[in-house]
Amino acid sequence: MAEDNTAGRIPTVIADDVHIVYRVNGGGGGKGGATAALSRILRRGKGEERGVRKVHAVRGVSFTSYRGEAIGLIGTNGSGKSTLLRAIAGLLPTESGKVYTDGQPSLLGVNAALMSDLTGERNVVLGGLAMGMSREEIRERYQSIVDFSGINEKGDFITLPMRTYSSGMAARLRFSIAAAKNHDVLMIDEALATGDRKFQIRSEERIRELRKEAGTVFLVSHSNKSIRDTCDRVLWLERGELLMDGPTDEVLKAYERETGK
Amino acid sequence: MSDTTHDGAVALSTPPSVDDGLSPAGLATKYGLTVSGARPGLFEYVRQLRGRRHFIMAFSRAKLTAQYSQAKLGQLWQVATPLLNAAVYFVIFGLILGTKKGMEPEVFIPFLVTGVFVFTFTQSSVMAGVRAISGNLGLVRALHFPRASLPISFSLQQLQQLLYSMIVLVAVTVGFGSYPRLSWLLVIPALVLQFFFNTGLALIMARLGAKTPDLAQLMPFVMRTWMYASGVMFSIPVMLADKPAWIADVLQYNPAAIYMDLIRFAMIDGYGSENLPAHVWVVGLAWALLVGAAGFVYFWKAEERYGRG
Repeated sequence: MAEDNTAGRIPTVIADDVHIVYRVNGGGGGKGGATAALSRILRRGKGEERGVRKVHAVRGVSFTSYRGEAIGLIGTNGSGKSTLLRAIAGLLPTESGKVYTDGQPSLLGVNAALMSDLTGERNVVLGGLAMGMSREEIRERYQSIVDFSGINEKGDFITLPMRTYSSGMAARLRFSIAAAKNHDVLMIDEALATGDRKFQIRSEERIRELRKEAGTVFLVSHSNKSIRDTCDRVLWLERGELLMDGPTDEVLKAYERETGK
Repeated sequence: MSDTTHDGAVALSTPPSVDDGLSPAGLATKYGLTVSGARPGLFEYVRQLRGRRHFIMAFSRAKLTAQYSQAKLGQLWQVATPLLNAAVYFVIFGLILGTKKGMEPEVFIPFLVTGVFVFTFTQSSVMAGVRAISGNLGLVRALHFPRASLPISFSLQQLQQLLYSMIVLVAVTVGFGSYPRLSWLLVIPALVLQFFFNTGLALIMARLGAKTPDLAQLMPFVMRTWMYASGVMFSIPVMLADKPAWIADVLQYNPAAIYMDLIRFAMIDGYGSENLPAHVWVVGLAWALLVGAAGFVYFWKAEERYGRG
């Protein structure tokens, strides 16, 4: 993919000094009892909202991504990787700064739309509709989604409620539904680690396919190997700040030195 | 998009570009990039929402099914729950307290049951609305869809729940001697109006609840007050006969009382138009349009801010 972006680089995502702040109700210290909550409300902070604690998750990140790039996001737990992805997707409003995108970036994941009390069958339809697919599209792809997940390999599980699935089976079905749609700008959050080895190989293949169809791919992962395999550029986030932005090898080397691997 | 690959181009780590020196905003304009997560115009929003109608329907039906899927009796609870509800109110208000002042028993029982079901429709729409965004933050933060889909979907779920309750209501009404007649068809427009009113209210509550989740704790008390003030278990004009007339007027023209009266009038033989306030259909329509439209616009105004934690 690297040779695609030298001439006529077309930007797909521009992040301009993005800040994201979470507000947590009732997280403002104290023992967490009713009296503590009351005293928190009575004790007005300095210009702050009462009883609300702020978490500044992303601090002033700027970068531009181009068509054909596959970008890895690395950083220790809680460094703001997933948050940044959600902001690019327009799912989390920014506190200040702007994200410009070409088309509608989508996050690979439908977990939240699925209901464990429903059958796998109905969840395929529900998840597809939630991602914005039409009923016809879902009907067309239904069989391939089920086959890909391999849910029915050990019997007729697709007609059972999802709560009866093993965690691996549920994860496989979720990934299969999420990966059924093609995207302009695709963002994958640690999706590669689901299922058994056989399924991992199948899903890596599917991700490569999706990459071909998508303009730009973002991948969040703690596995340096899967970053090295799929990405040509890496952003390193730490405490919400962009520490490094460059070719995969360079950044990963520095990251490995820092984390002592 | 055109394929811009040039054979033999050498990969440089920082290729010189004609775009150097452009500000991020300038670069975005040049290539037609748009701000991610910006709020669409009102008409565009309606169009997007229409595009998601299948999702809205599927989501409401899924929620309804999921509700009782762990119970042994399963979907039978859709009907059993309102039936038990009606039985409890009958024992308390019909047999023990006797609030039926001025009504025959064969009118009062259907009167009470209609009131309970119709009010529950509004009540549960409001309660579901409060938690529509704040209770589904995971969904809001994972996928793109017009956020109004959620409160609308929850109102639809309540409408379907009400249709199950209507089965019980028909049984009770027939059991107390009001047989099906042409005026029963008036139930349909009345429920449509109430649905629009409920959806508007759910949209308003969803925006408020997204900002202040505490409302979920507060609303049960507000709703209970509203219920007792709307004449669910007594006739407002009879009960307030010795009070100033304006109090009864205010209570009778409140939307919950209006919709209850419309459905009672449609279904119960002994509940004639003399029990209804004047211009009741016009008032019902006005409430539906006013709250429905206002709620939709009010919700849309904050579209880009839902999901901020």
